Amino acid sequence: MKLGTRRRSLLALGAVAPVAAALGACGNQPGGPSGDGATAWGLTGGAEEAMRASFEAWNEANPDDQITAEYFANDAYKEKIRTAIGSGNAPTLVFGWAGATLADYVANDQVVDVTESTSALTERLLPSVAQVGMVDGKVYAVPNNQSQPVVLYHNNEVLEAAGTQVPTTWSELLAAVEALKGADVIPIALAGQSVWPELMWISYLADRVGGEAAFQRVLDGEAGAWSHPDMLRAAQMITELVDAGAFGDGFASVVADAGADHALVSTGKAGMILQGSWIYPEFLTNAPDLVAGGNLLFSTFPVVEDGAGDPTSIVGNPANYWSITASASEADQGTAADYLSEAVYDEEHIDSLLAIGAVPPVAGLEDRIAQEDDPAFLDFTYAMVRDAAHFELSWDQAIPADQAQELLNNLSRLFLGEITAEEFAEAMDATL
Amino acid sequence: MAAPALILFGVFAIVPLFGVAALSFVHWDGLGAITWAGFDNWTDAASDPVSRNALWLTVKLTVLCVLFQAPVSLLLGVFLAGRQRYRALLATLFFLPLLFSSAAVAITFTALLDPNFGAGSALDLPLLAQNWLGDPQLALYVVVFVIGWCFIPFHTLIYQAGTRQIPRELYEASRMDGAGPVQQFFHITLPMLKYTIVTSTTLMTVGSLTYFDLIFVLTGGGPGNATRVLPLDMYLTGFRSYDMGRASVLALVLVIVGLAVSLGLNRITGASRMESQSEGS
Repeated sequence: MKLGTRRRSLLALGAVAPVAAALGACGNQPGGPSGDGATAWGLTGGAEEAMRASFEAWNEANPDDQITAEYFANDAYKEKIRTAIGSGNAPTLVFGWAGATLADYVANDQVVDVTESTSALTERLLPSVAQVGMVDGKVYAVPNNQSQPVVLYHNNEVLEAAGTQVPTTWSELLAAVEALKGADVIPIALAGQSVWPELMWISYLADRVGGEAAFQRVLDGEAGAWSHPDMLRAAQMITELVDAGAFGDGFASVVADAGADHALVSTGKAGMILQGSWIYPEFLTNAPDLVAGGNLLFSTFPVVEDGAGDPTSIVGNPANYWSITASASEADQGTAADYLSEAVYDEEHIDSLLAIGAVPPVAGLEDRIAQEDDPAFLDFTYAMVRDAAHFELSWDQAIPADQAQELLNNLSRLFLGEITAEEFAEAMDATL
Repeated sequence: MAAPALILFGVFAIVPLFGVAALSFVHWDGLGAITWAGFDNWTDAASDPVSRNALWLTVKLTVLCVLFQAPVSLLLGVFLAGRQRYRALLATLFFLPLLFSSAAVAITFTALLDPNFGAGSALDLPLLAQNWLGDPQLALYVVVFVIGWCFIPFHTLIYQAGTRQIPRELYEASRMDGAGPVQQFFHITLPMLKYTIVTSTTLMTVGSLTYFDLIFVLTGGGPGNATRVLPLDMYLTGFRSYDMGRASVLALVLVIVGLAVSLGLNRITGASRMESQSEGS
């Protein structure tokens, strides 16, 4: 959560003006912040611990090629990094989500091609995850933490009390919603105020109905991609779920940052939740009895019976990624490339990730996962990512920022019932 | 003498303002090349339903905020101007919200208003367990209430000080003429507070026009666009959609509206003439 202030945003808006003038005057000169050694900006929370440990180990082993890392909160980072890159003040290693932002960096020559220098690393990665770091067949970003697929979690105590079970198809899902409603619980917890959890629903539905192609048309900027029958059907299914009361009445008040969505499932007030794999540790903390009793179940997204989608396809964040800025000095770029190929996902890094319940997207980890204390969930997500026919990047990262904002805006209105599926499609077509 | 202040104001207010004015005529995503846009950003913003709705919401929010805050803080301020000890105690309690950061207030209210885990379900009061921030019809009023909760103490303080400045002789004289508390309030306190009312209302109006942080944390502009007021629209356009040109247009609209409103308020109420309010003048 970014705690911005009006004054700060106004100042920032003013502050970009001189930057703009400077950019316009001299273009992007290489060698901005150089000479002080390589730098990296990462994110706080999540796998921060593993990242810190990795840099510390690197610095100890390479006293002459140190990397200085700084860590920022998510939203603050996203704003900071863009201005930093635009003004040539970016760190050597840039933390990112790939997708449209990476394509943007590449189009503006802000990051370097690391296809050759990181081949030792990319060979060991799960292909669906490595793929996301590529633009036009070249590697510009390599993953640096765990895969974060979106998973359907269930509170089995609630499902059993309502006389239903984990749904594997769309019609079973609708039946489960009815049964759970009958038992006076919220069928599916959804953090509607945060909006981005709503993306998970439409992404999965579009994929199950129309396969990979449904969203690829949007990525390709094909006219009418959002009003294509498959995409329209997915939007209609959202309305169908909302009208069936699948998310309860108050979902638009629920905030994901505070964890008010999965708390509904851990406290038995809701039956299911569709969320990222990163919330699993929260269940361990908030509902240890539920997990220990084997009553927290997880499953892949239900199949849509007449849909074209591959049931193994997943959506979420394949991982977060490191890129190397073009404005860094040659020496710093070299240090960063060495770090990527030698230290990312080395034995220690993999261990520290697994220790916090995070599964790195590296091939052949089955045996190591089996040795962990609580292997069931790690095993489930690892297999999910390994066997995925397609790993679709979160839509808000995959498309350009202005389109993503329109999408979040229109999607929240679709969930609120303020617009119909057709109006949603029409509004989104206008952004292509 | 005024040089330091002028330099500060120039560097941090005037120069950025010109920067924003220049940005409003270009296309720039913060990263790529800057291209000339002419009046594109202005016409786009004028025809964009989201921005138009934002402008309307800002006006609505401002009016509602003034209507809610002004009477409450006036009455509280006059009440707390009394010198009794219990009033001093109450005053301390009333002023507590002034000490809290608006982000903390917003996060706390989000938790209190949560329909599943908030105050309503904790106290088992179904009336309180509404979909406060999730219902597009309700959310704006909830925002007005929370902003009021934050700012009424500040305006109460202004009114309290204003009321204490009123010469006691006026009250003593009126008491001799047989005026009761209600008559004293309407015929002495209220007229004597004229300029306090102008100051406080101007602050409220301009403050509500540019109000950002609390709404950003409380609702993020949602549900849908129900609380996406102009400053928030500006921020989201600039730093989420990375459309600096459009965001600059919205920023300038805010500057123009804010200036016009505060100048207008000053003119209408005659505060600019600054007549004396002391006895015997």
